[in-house]
Amino acid sequence: MELQTLIYLFVGGTFALYIGIAIWARAATTGEFYVAGKGVHPIANGMATAADWMSAASFISMAGLIAFSGYDASVYLMGWTGGYVLLAMLLAPYLRKFGKFTVPEFIGERYYSQTARLVAVLCLIVASVTYVIGQMKGVGVAFGRFLEVEFEVGVLIGMAIVFIYAVLGGMKGITYTQIAQYCVLIFAYTVPAIFISLQLTGTPIPQLGLVSTMADSNTFMLDKLDQVVTDLGFSKYTEQKGTSLNMVLLTLSLMIGTAGLPHVIIRFFTVPKVRDARFSAGWALVFIAILYTTAPAVGSMARLNLVETVQTGPVGQPEANLVYENRPEWMATWETTGLLAFEDKNDDGRIQYYNDNNPEFAAMAEEQWGWKGNEMTKVDRDIMVLANPEIANLPNWVIALVAAGGLAAALSTAAGLLLAISSSISHDLLKGVFMPNISERNELMAGRIAMAGAIVVAGYLGMNPPGFAAQVVALAFGLAASSIFPALMMGIFNKKMNNVGAVAGMLTGLTSTVVYIFIYKGWFFIPGTNNLPNTSEYWLFGIQPESFGAVGAVINFAVAIAISKVTQAPPEHIQHLVEDIRVPKGAGTASAH
Amino acid sequence: MSDPAKEYWKANIRLVTILLVIWFAVSYLFGIILVEPLNAIRIGGAGLGFWFAQQGSIYTFLVLIFVYAIRMNALDRKFGVHED
Repeated sequence: MELQTLIYLFVGGTFALYIGIAIWARAATTGEFYVAGKGVHPIANGMATAADWMSAASFISMAGLIAFSGYDASVYLMGWTGGYVLLAMLLAPYLRKFGKFTVPEFIGERYYSQTARLVAVLCLIVASVTYVIGQMKGVGVAFGRFLEVEFEVGVLIGMAIVFIYAVLGGMKGITYTQIAQYCVLIFAYTVPAIFISLQLTGTPIPQLGLVSTMADSNTFMLDKLDQVVTDLGFSKYTEQKGTSLNMVLLTLSLMIGTAGLPHVIIRFFTVPKVRDARFSAGWALVFIAILYTTAPAVGSMARLNLVETVQTGPVGQPEANLVYENRPEWMATWETTGLLAFEDKNDDGRIQYYNDNNPEFAAMAEEQWGWKGNEMTKVDRDIMVLANPEIANLPNWVIALVAAGGLAAALSTAAGLLLAISSSISHDLLKGVFMPNISERNELMAGRIAMAGAIVVAGYLGMNPPGFAAQVVALAFGLAASSIFPALMMGIFNKKMNNVGAVAGMLTGLTSTVVYIFIYKGWFFIPGTNNLPNTSEYWLFGIQPESFGAVGAVINFAVAIAISKVTQAPPEHIQHLVEDIRVPKGAGTASAH
Repeated sequence: MSDPAKEYWKANIRLVTILLVIWFAVSYLFGIILVEPLNAIRIGGAGLGFWFAQQGSIYTFLVLIFVYAIRMNALDRKFGVHED
């Protein structure tokens, strides 16, 4: 069947499924709207959490990042999975025992302070909105490429779909849709990986293919990859390029940022019992790990395939470089999107792809072979996963499947984020602060209106992304790591932590992280407003801005503990509350105050 | 806090501490700090440090969470603080 027909069929079919689920799982109460009535089975919740967590970035961008950074991209693999260990052991069971609807609600009650609650709402909204912009953009890009519609039309279709199932179904509708979306996205990710692993290494399991020998020789796949990239002047794939300090801090920032992201935490409010919350984090990581352990194989094999497509024989022989006119179909397709570009600098009609930033190699290549610079002038990392099935000559239905998978990943994360935003507006701001006497019916209506508003804002920002869209992700993790995670953890593990300490800790953690990022990346990311150049010799102790969230968290802990020691201990009933959330006994099945 | 609840909390902290030491070791220690020396040992086509950074740490995280969940549920019963 024609590729375009297949894509319409796959994408249309999955969308019909999502909307069908939404109509079946309508939310009737605020409990169902915010936390799916706390009746979700831990395995089902694990699957929904995985879809919630794995965004367009995990599905589309991560393997490309690994392909071009090699070993150094390990920080993302460890950082975005290790956070679940912290979540399972330090937060999820206790917050489930507390038994309320939102993260700011816990912070407000535990620290008996509306200020603390408002600071938490602020952190939550900034972190979630920055995140959702990227998702909406991902939806637009995926639609644009696969459905051949305008980018804006793509975003509009995405908004309409999310609107139907998120506004109608709330958390209940989102949860069951996310389960379906997980199945679509994981199938779409692993099928091409299995095919490519089979082609290259003869092993159907990508995780084993990564450490296996090539199908046609006794050379290990990774050794061969190291060889072909160093032959072209690049550094070894498996070798460390950044400093260990930055790798440690970035991993730590991503881990505690993950554990502090509100849209992930609220997923653990939906299970029936405390013990389910513990297991559910484990199941979530099982479903996440299937993709995250496949990604290193996808990345390394895609890099190898890419290099070997262009460099077909020994480096230096003129006929070993691909003739531009004979380039494969997928290269031509991606060239039209502008994400892949060639320039025949030495007018030989062939493509030379090598590292011309390596002065020694570049000089040698020019002198001996007449190479005048790298001719693959642009290769966007994001195309690696999307183009992978085409690079490996896989059947059309696999390409259609990847299109549906990428959309599932972006839509599921967008819906989870939108729920976190709308619940903090309707529940924390409206019911918590401005209209405490609002009826459940009206609160549910307010939640739906807030959700609809959030979708419109997210769609608008997705269509008109601020220039800094790519950099704000670092900010989202930095915020969650330096403000939300420490406040939650101390709320459970430090009985004597009081309101003044917690608020001061959150504010100093938050401010130090934001200021450090702005100093090097520009105030509010406006180009030219940075105080210092963003290079390693100007960084404090050589710490890159992306890694600073962990330092901000340490500052938060230190300030909060110091201040709580010299100010009044929390009242008796708060200390009892902490004792109560530490034991599972007596957790209610649902609680609406 | 009554005595069994105190004991329960102590046992909980002990368990979490042990598991987090392993969490630290497989990711930060094996995957980053000791990656060079560990890469001298090979696991198939990858150095052991590289393998821990891209595969092994994730598998260990999984085991850690399930060990935690099973051990904690047992502690809940032992100290009589389990649900229903």
